[in-house]
Amino acid sequence: MMTVSSGCVDVRGAVKRFGGKEVIRSISLQVERGEIFGLLGPSGSGKTTLVKIIAGIDEATNGEIYLLGEKLPKLAMMNRIGYMAQSDALYAELSAKENLEFFGALFGLKGSKLKARMQYVMELVGLGGHLGRTVSAYSGGMKRRLSLAVALMHEPEVLILDEPTVGIDPLLRQSIWRELEALGRSGTTIIVTTHVMDEAEKCNRLGMIREGRLIALGTPADLKNQTGGGTIEEAFLRYGGGQE
Amino acid sequence: MRTGALMKRIVRQFMRDKRTLALLIAAPLLVLTLMYLVFNGDTYKPKLGLIGMPEPVVQQLEAYGAAVSVFEHADDADAALKDGRLDAYVTLQSGGTIVKLEGSDPAKNRAITMLIGRMAQKAAPSAANASLPAPEFQYLHGSSEMTTFDSLGPVLIGVFAFFFVFLIAGVSFLKERTSGTLERLLATPLRRWEIVAGYILGFGLFTGIQAVLIATYSIHVLGLMMTGSLWLVLLITLLLSVTALSLGTFLSAFANTEFQMIQFIPVVIVPQIFFSGLFNMESMSPWLRWLSHLMPLKYGADALRSVMIRGEGWNSVAFEIYLLIALSLFFMAANVLALRKYRKI
Ligand SMILES: Nc1ncnc2c1ncn2[C@@H]1O[C@H](COP(=O)(O)OP(=O)(O)OP(=O)(O)O)[C@@H](O)[C@H]1O
Ligand SMILES: [Mg+2]
Repeated sequence: MMTVSSGCVDVRGAVKRFGGKEVIRSISLQVERGEIFGLLGPSGSGKTTLVKIIAGIDEATNGEIYLLGEKLPKLAMMNRIGYMAQSDALYAELSAKENLEFFGALFGLKGSKLKARMQYVMELVGLGGHLGRTVSAYSGGMKRRLSLAVALMHEPEVLILDEPTVGIDPLLRQSIWRELEALGRSGTTIIVTTHVMDEAEKCNRLGMIREGRLIALGTPADLKNQTGGGTIEEAFLRYGGGQE
Repeated sequence: MRTGALMKRIVRQFMRDKRTLALLIAAPLLVLTLMYLVFNGDTYKPKLGLIGMPEPVVQQLEAYGAAVSVFEHADDADAALKDGRLDAYVTLQSGGTIVKLEGSDPAKNRAITMLIGRMAQKAAPSAANASLPAPEFQYLHGSSEMTTFDSLGPVLIGVFAFFFVFLIAGVSFLKERTSGTLERLLATPLRRWEIVAGYILGFGLFTGIQAVLIATYSIHVLGLMMTGSLWLVLLITLLLSVTALSLGTFLSAFANTEFQMIQFIPVVIVPQIFFSGLFNMESMSPWLRWLSHLMPLKYGADALRSVMIRGEGWNSVAFEIYLLIALSLFFMAANVLALRKYRKI
């Protein structure tokens, strides 16, 4: 008998193969409700592949994924997940408002509720004054923030962010992280991949991936202690590079 | 509801892209007008040179519409033939009539042989018992006034309704994939069939407008021959463009770039144009003719011809109409399946 995990996200022995190439090699991990979980790892280690599987877009070749007690992939669960892809997926010909309206409508938002959410998420990412502008006239960082706003539109219980703060200046990054922490406190589970070490410090727990394997798991303090280093960066370099 | 949102988005995007909108709406009208000017010009006047012909023959030939010039020597006529001032010259030699043609254009050759043929009949009326009394021609369909444009028109309407929609819908659907927005859509509760339906409905709106414009413009402005019901013509044109829409979006699954989408034109579109009735198919070898049954454009063009030239009604084109509907549904279903590649559910 399979036991349904109490955790919010439960990955059990996930394997993903592309052709013959094994990109995710039997990863198991749990994330609790309201936790901010960071995924760290060198480029090409499989972070994007793993979060896509957790978001229910991709399917694992082997293994099982449970989200909020339901086995993935399942279409109805998409309503409870907010996903922000590594590259911006926006309609450049349309205004920010029209992009948000479209994605909001896909999640069943309409009328005054849609308007209110739109205002709220745009304020949150610091784009309150740019709602009517065409996305093609946005800067790279503004597009990134709009992508985050799109992911937040339908108040998802689980937020999956693939390198959300690339190209965003330190000041804005700080305010975005403050909001993420606030969302976490209010019960939203957040899974975030990152290369930025000070962001990793802000996560409740971290997972380190290398060549598709989960090679370390714990709080930032745990990881620092285990490697005897003073910073996450040192831990990352220890795990990522010269371990053998 | 979700399909409606997708449809609304497509319409908005399309309205912003004025150039593509112009390609879909104005380009077919422009090309049709050009075709009209090319095929509907003044009737051809053969340029005939005559050597040693009696005056009545000269007058009769002129009455039949030839541009006649008289020569003294065959050498002069030969020279004129060479540098294109004449299409043919006629001379009498030892009792027979010799017609020498420039010969490089089969349409001109045919016109000249017909003209001389009429003269020969005229010259020997009821000489032999085998000859017919002067004939009067009657037409089951069409008329003696019918031009090449009239007969090609229905096919052209079909070709343009098909071609531009195929290309634009295919490239748009492809862009959804290459820009990463398809992956983003698949992270929403949108079902695969809802994506396909949204595209068909969103673009369907514009192809509907296009179909109405093409059909009414060529019939009412260019004066294309039209003996049947306008509603049937509109229905067939619309179905043809919906087929193009579903085929284009489906095939875009097998292209990775816009350029690869363009590569479908010689493979998918051009053969269909050949088989759609622009050229006579009866002389084609049977196995080749069989191929035409796989081509949606052929059914659309056949149906349009039946209605516009032969004035036939629903019953005679029902088969083609149902077939176009079936093909559209088939391509849509195939597209829903092709999207499985990106998300299984
Ligand atoms: N669709 C695919 N087909 C084949 N191989 C793939 C596919 N997607 C990813 N890979 C491979 O899987 C591996 C992991 O890719 P992934 O995008 O998950 O890395 P990542 O950790 O997100 O890297 P980065 O930090 O650069 O974003 C890479 O070696 C990549 O080549
Ligand atoms: Mg990645």
